[in-house]
Amino acid sequence: MIRSEVTKSLIPVITDELVICNIGLPSQELFMHDDQPTNFYMLGTMGLCSSIGLGLALTQKGRVLAIDGDGSVLTNFGTLATIANNVATNFTLLIIDNGSYGSTGDQPTYAGMKTSLAAVAKACGTENVVECQGEDAADEVKKAMESDQMTIIVCKCESGNVDVPIIETNPIYIRERFMEQVRAKNK
Amino acid sequence: MSVNDKIVEDLVKNGVGFVTTVPCKQLAGVIEVVEKNNQIQHVPANHEAEGMGLCAGAYMGGTRGCIIMQNTAIGVTLNSLATLIQYYQIPLPMLISYRGEVGERVACQVEMAVHTKALLAEMNIPTYHFHDGSQLDEFDGILNHTFMCKKPTAILTDASFWRTAS
Repeated sequence: MIRSEVTKSLIPVITDELVICNIGLPSQELFMHDDQPTNFYMLGTMGLCSSIGLGLALTQKGRVLAIDGDGSVLTNFGTLATIANNVATNFTLLIIDNGSYGSTGDQPTYAGMKTSLAAVAKACGTENVVECQGEDAADEVKKAMESDQMTIIVCKCESGNVDVPIIETNPIYIRERFMEQVRAKNK
Repeated sequence: MSVNDKIVEDLVKNGVGFVTTVPCKQLAGVIEVVEKNNQIQHVPANHEAEGMGLCAGAYMGGTRGCIIMQNTAIGVTLNSLATLIQYYQIPLPMLISYRGEVGERVACQVEMAVHTKALLAEMNIPTYHFHDGSQLDEFDGILNHTFMCKKPTAILTDASFWRTAS
């Protein structure tokens, strides 16, 4: 299973949820499979997906899912400590770990070598860390989001990409329609 | 009222409810007051770019954010400022200790000080340099301006400001 298939399998579970999605192909895949105003697509800024997700979760009541990648988390490693020490029970971080920088040509990451992101997340202090395979991602995300406990899921899958369209939606429109959804969930 | 209390009072007055910080010696006092204030959620960041991500998320959650950091951080946040804060029009006041100005004792701090204003100008970021304690009166208006125009703004506070304000 490759990341695109994992993303597609998540749709029934996340279509109405507040989702912050990682830069590059992950956002483009989500956009292609199920463009929703509840999705915030990152069009730039490598590494900050989980930070945006945490900031959002800490400031309002709606459930938040951040769909991040192994390369992105490695870019912003400190985020795992910040997440662990600022518990937001409405926050789920899904790290789709395909062991590669997918958007830039599948160069290998250290997460595909000796480094275990799940072990790092635990060492940083997060209590609920789940490691799963791509096939189980949707079930694990559903469970985590319904659990009312902050959870980090590291979903292992294979490296590889499919052709996807570029997102041409105006960034301010993406943000404003997303904020409307946030307000609706907090009424 | 101390300078640090006045800064935090102005933040609260302007609806700032989320502050992220990366420490600097000059900012230790204000960070302490932020931490104690019960109207502000304080989330220390490990890196200033991470802090900008947190503030972007908080803003979308309906809470105005502010980042408190050192000017050396300008060097490591240019991409986050351009592609997140500016691209999505997220207002972000940046209260910045302006290290490397007159009175500085660490020579290396001067190396980033000489680039600070040029980088901010290149990024079209409205920049305010507080050199004297009396300039703190402008802070309230700058915050209001920041949220009106939905831009990042830089408030540079140098050693002379902190000496004359406290």
